[in-house]
Amino acid sequence: MATDPRFDGPGPDAQYLQALNEGRLMLQHCEDCASVRFPPALVCRSCGSPRLTWRLSPGAGTVYTATTVRDKAGDYNVALVELEGGARMMSRIEDVPSQEVRIGQRVSGRIVAGDEPYVVFTLADGAAA
Amino acid sequence: MSHPLRGKTAIVGIGNTKRWNAPGRSPFDQLQEAAVLALEDCGLRMGDVDGLFCAMSTSGLPVLNVAERLGINPRHADGTMVGGASFLFHLQSAMSALVNGLCDTALICYGSNQLTAGGKLAAMPDPQPYEAPFKPRYPISSYALAAARHMHEYGTTRAQLADVAVAARDWARLNPDAYVRDPLTRDQVLSSRMVSDPLTRADICLVTDGGAAIVVTRAERARDLPRKPAYVLGTGVAVSHRQISAMPDLATTCAVESGQRAYAMAGVGPKHIRHLMVYDAFTINTLLFLEDLGFCAKGEAGALVSGGAISPGGQLPVNTNGGGLSCNHPGMYGLFTLIESVQQLRGECGARQIDGVELSLAHANGGVLSSQATAILGTAATL
Ligand SMILES: [Zn+2]
Repeated sequence: MATDPRFDGPGPDAQYLQALNEGRLMLQHCEDCASVRFPPALVCRSCGSPRLTWRLSPGAGTVYTATTVRDKAGDYNVALVELEGGARMMSRIEDVPSQEVRIGQRVSGRIVAGDEPYVVFTLADGAAA
Repeated sequence: MSHPLRGKTAIVGIGNTKRWNAPGRSPFDQLQEAAVLALEDCGLRMGDVDGLFCAMSTSGLPVLNVAERLGINPRHADGTMVGGASFLFHLQSAMSALVNGLCDTALICYGSNQLTAGGKLAAMPDPQPYEAPFKPRYPISSYALAAARHMHEYGTTRAQLADVAVAARDWARLNPDAYVRDPLTRDQVLSSRMVSDPLTRADICLVTDGGAAIVVTRAERARDLPRKPAYVLGTGVAVSHRQISAMPDLATTCAVESGQRAYAMAGVGPKHIRHLMVYDAFTINTLLFLEDLGFCAKGEAGALVSGGAISPGGQLPVNTNGGGLSCNHPGMYGLFTLIESVQQLRGECGARQIDGVELSLAHANGGVLSSQATAILGTAATL
């Protein structure tokens, strides 16, 4: 039972979460077409290649779109943030009233550790749109 | 050279329970009633059904459950689940199965008790761990994110979104079977409670119960059945993502692709279509699909609807039953778009009937703008 060594080791979700828990935001870069992949997967979404390499992301990005969810307990922000290379993730923009979040604002990420770690964002210094 | 599936099959029977608030009825009850109505509509018997197509948000094994309840033993079946567009995917699958002899009588059916079950979508075993920590209100926040992006890119306004809801209501007021028929104004929509910016309560579809079914067979047999056939001239389907964060461009859907495929098979274009049904789970949907299906240029749907084009008396009647916004929406609305298209082609629509409809386009959406399916139906004159 010889397995294909290209796919040995933990799967991409597990590798992503492990890196977050170690304080690093890692994104997959395609070695064939240079696309950046998020969420993690075994296959490049742009070209179908399985040759994906993990690289450290500085966590800088821009607000691609945003909404304010009106909850009885209080309004909160849900945003899609575009990171370098075009990878897009759902997150929230913190430290600013949700209504003041604007498409195009520059943001920077911070890891929230835990059993299921994730990344949140704040407005980058001097950011305006 | 005509596409080998163009006009080779027809919708010959339709069933609609119109039970939008039906305590004590299960989703399977609604589905079975609709199936009986659809078969009676075309004079066929349950024993004639040898191709079964169904999807339900409440059943993980819908084909098995439905075959057992209807007492049929299909020799071809398809339970593809892509959300509300599933039934138009089933239609495309049924066309191929019928033309290739895998079945002779296809039943496409659906039932739901979403309203009486508490107005909540049944939890599907489909977790989204990369979105869950941020608590988007599913599914509205996904559509709100798309609406915000469309407004940013094209200057679309909340008033234009509101005009979609008003047009749907104005059509519902002409449909005695629509669930909500009270007058609705643009100001009422704009002053409705905000749920997930920029969408208010009035930008969101109804939550109802309901059951729907259609019977599809080969064209040569359709001519011998009692109802005026609605020939299937073209279909197209497309899938682009599951979670909204993975949608390639939030202001453009893969209805572009499903529409182009349907037009190519049918050999017609949007300029030939004078009646269409688009899956309006939210007001932004109607704008996106008018653009992506080629009824106006990208970014111009807001101006189109505010000019009254899609309203009663307008140049381009859209969602003439009142749509998901005002007629009914049991969670997966797609089959109801086809049923209204068939009724318009048959001339059965009473006060809301469009004169001289020979071609009708039905378009359905599933997930969070994730799956798209387009069907173009026509009368015998279009073959
Ligand atoms: Zn690639």
